Amino acid sequence: MFRRVDETSVDTLKLRIEDREYEVPVGISVAAAVLLCGFNKVRNTPVTDSPRLPYCMMGICFDCLMTIDGIPNQQACQLEVRENMAIEIQRGTAELLQQR
Amino acid sequence: MKDHCQLLVIGAGPAGLAAAADAARLGLDVALVDEQKAPGGQIYRNIGSAREPVRSYLGKDYLRGEPLVAEFLRSGATYINNASVWYLDERLETGLLIDGASHFITAERLILATGAQERPMPLPGWQLPGVMTAGAGQILLKSAAMIPSGRVVLAGSGPLLLLIAWQYLQVGVKINAIIDTTPRSSLPEALPYLPRALPAFDYLLKGLSFVLAIKKAGIPVYKAVVDLRAEGHELLESVSFTTGRGKSNERTEISIEAETLLLHQGVIPNLRLPLAAGCEVEWDEQQQSWKTTKDIWGQSSIDRVLVAGDCSGIVGARAGELQGRLCALQAAHQLNKIDLQQRDRAATRIKRSLQRHLSIRPFLDALYPPARAYQVPEDETLVCRCEEVNAGQIRQAARMGCVGPNQVKAFTRCGMGPCQGCLCGSTVSALVADETGSTMEQVGYFRVRPPFKPITLGELANT
Repeated sequence: MFRRVDETSVDTLKLRIEDREYEVPVGISVAAAVLLCGFNKVRNTPVTDSPRLPYCMMGICFDCLMTIDGIPNQQACQLEVRENMAIEIQRGTAELLQQR
Repeated sequence: MKDHCQLLVIGAGPAGLAAAADAARLGLDVALVDEQKAPGGQIYRNIGSAREPVRSYLGKDYLRGEPLVAEFLRSGATYINNASVWYLDERLETGLLIDGASHFITAERLILATGAQERPMPLPGWQLPGVMTAGAGQILLKSAAMIPSGRVVLAGSGPLLLLIAWQYLQVGVKINAIIDTTPRSSLPEALPYLPRALPAFDYLLKGLSFVLAIKKAGIPVYKAVVDLRAEGHELLESVSFTTGRGKSNERTEISIEAETLLLHQGVIPNLRLPLAAGCEVEWDEQQQSWKTTKDIWGQSSIDRVLVAGDCSGIVGARAGELQGRLCALQAAHQLNKIDLQQRDRAATRIKRSLQRHLSIRPFLDALYPPARAYQVPEDETLVCRCEEVNAGQIRQAARMGCVGPNQVKAFTRCGMGPCQGCLCGSTVSALVADETGSTMEQVGYFRVRPPFKPITLGELANT
């Protein structure tokens, strides 16, 4: 759905989305990374279980809520990708974190 | 982190950057708080690290952010980035969320420069994956050098829609269609404002150059479109609409395959923080939006709060920057750094320039009014994207006796989700006003309450 404009060279890092490894450019947001990797949804809504992708990309709409490194309800458009980040599609409402 | 400063500026777009830089130069102890990792706001987003070729594609208006950011960075103002404001009260105590920890900061003066957000454009299917705001498309280009890879359609009304079309053309994105929802009546209604807009002829020329570039590129443009809807099963597949009456006075129904639909119908002030601080807001009929009440210096109805830029009424980047500079002078005067004469002397040129940049607004506002159909959408259209409440449910609540958005919220959960009404607020007020035959002023807006952002107990306790 989205691709990168051709650039000469770009630093990348590796992260996991839904337990699969992807290589993405350094410095982009998690929401951008998920779009770049071709995902069709970042979450399913709690009310009707409908799929959603990021809508505003500027922190207003909260449609890009994802579970990141085990923590639910993270605004994917406001967070920058990090090496080894574990990104998961959020399904319905968040659940309380289990005691570890 | 510091917990007190003389002047706290919120927002690192043109207005906030200019305000913070000037105030620091005038000798105030200034801190500027912003949600992004680098200064620039939405308009100059990523200006510090955007690379070629994207920088040039974005145009020279974007590059104007560079000297402004440099001016701010060397001004001596403290810069607090990656900080979300989750709390603000009428005593001006400001709660920040930074890297999983909560901090409080107080100030003698506050300048709110929280900018604009896109006006919601509720239409059937706007919640489908693949439908985004035009601004989102621009943010992906600016901050991630990303462009649509499949069939892309732009729809709506307003200068930003033309700008992103032009920027995509520079990059080489093939735009499959531009669907213009501006009502036909807008041009004759805007023309009387044209003479007043002439001092800002550079804006007019720029707009004209976008229109010509779009024409030259041969992009299909559909005018005065109605019944716009996004269609697809779990993913956008097509965009359908009815064209305006052509020469033969006929309307045609059209459906275009699309993977990406970028919507836009103007921007509206981001009022969350002005409202939280207790600032008075007023309905602007011309701009069809609420705005923070203020005087020429940016003084709001609350003594220690000043407002600058788009959050106090849509003015654009250049005018916002100048308003920020006037705010800085006023704050420096209020805090005894400069006397009245020094303030007024320094303001003369700024005010003159501001007047010129503002002269384009009435023309633009009249030329690109938001179509009524997407301010008061049909019953089945989703209005609250978080709690999934549609326009019919809101009308029903109004008929049951809800006189304003706060009651509608209690009855329908509309505006109660994580976005706290940012994406539905203006639509809910418009629907209630329409259904009950009241004015927007009578109906009012959602009450704003902290926390403005979801914050965990852990983050709250972690100071």
